Amino acid sequence: MRARVFVTLKPSVFDPQGKTVTDALHTLGYSAVKDVRQGKYFELDIDSTCPDEARALAEQAAEKLLSNPVIESFRIELADGAAV
Amino acid sequence: MKFAVVVFPGSNCDHDAYYAAEHVLGQQAEFIWHKDASLKGADVVILPGGFAYGDYLRTGAIARFSPIMAEVKKFADAGGPVLGVCNGFQVLLEAGLLPGAMLRNRSVKFQCEQVLVKVEQTDTPFTSACRPGQVLKMPIAHGEGNYYAEPEVIARLDRNRQIVFRYTNAQGIPTDESNPNGSLANIAGLCNEQRNVVGLMPHPERACEMALGSVDGLILFESVIKSVSQGAVSNAEASAKAVAVAR
Repeated sequence: MRARVFVTLKPSVFDPQGKTVTDALHTLGYSAVKDVRQGKYFELDIDSTCPDEARALAEQAAEKLLSNPVIESFRIELADGAAV
Repeated sequence: MKFAVVVFPGSNCDHDAYYAAEHVLGQQAEFIWHKDASLKGADVVILPGGFAYGDYLRTGAIARFSPIMAEVKKFADAGGPVLGVCNGFQVLLEAGLLPGAMLRNRSVKFQCEQVLVKVEQTDTPFTSACRPGQVLKMPIAHGEGNYYAEPEVIARLDRNRQIVFRYTNAQGIPTDESNPNGSLANIAGLCNEQRNVVGLMPHPERACEMALGSVDGLILFESVIKSVSQGAVSNAEASAKAVAVAR
């Protein structure tokens, strides 16, 4: 199984990088882009064919290491097979 | 007195901390590799600045799982004095030994400059020789020093007097102009509830000789030497061993 883990800053947390990207997009003329929040994306190749098991493992990995619960939250999507 | 300076792959202020303890203060210092399983009888532990594990993932996120960190936690739980400087502070935050987290500086730049911080609390082992409200000049060098915690955590830190250092002007007033990175409540350094674990973003070990522009960092080392020699903090490694044996 493959798991996609999206780690994003909590809404209450200021994102200086996202703000800088927003400003850069405005400079390029994309004024319709109101706000940008920058996050992290991980692809986990998991040695399991059981979706429940793969999800549980990905959740553990995201809680323990991939995210910092003080400032970030995460979302997991599962995909079988090779292409994510 | 013996200082343990923990060395992670990517630490780069380890030699500065060692130099300050051994050569400026005339104490004994020893490097402890992050894979070691013992603090080798140290009285004080320093987690130095740098870029442990290249700051991959998040600052301090991978270093907190280094084998030595279990010993550092035991040492801290037993009351031993632990100082985290810059990246060492970030490791303490990731390890949960201190509350909160670091965000990118609001300038989105790596900031390398002298700053002023006010000593808010003098009842920690690293500030016991300071005057209340003393303003210290020390350098910062970081990209992620923008301290963040939930509002109720900040309120609790304030109530428990855990905010040890704040960025201020020369008069000791925490203004927005004196805040180099956007830290909430101008927080530059914290202690835990037991007050023996202290973390700060400025580098006291780089402010120990006039050749480096300031000697204000000396007082953190002098404080811990005073605290340990007066027995204000216990011989934590001995107590940690006693606790382990009792278990």
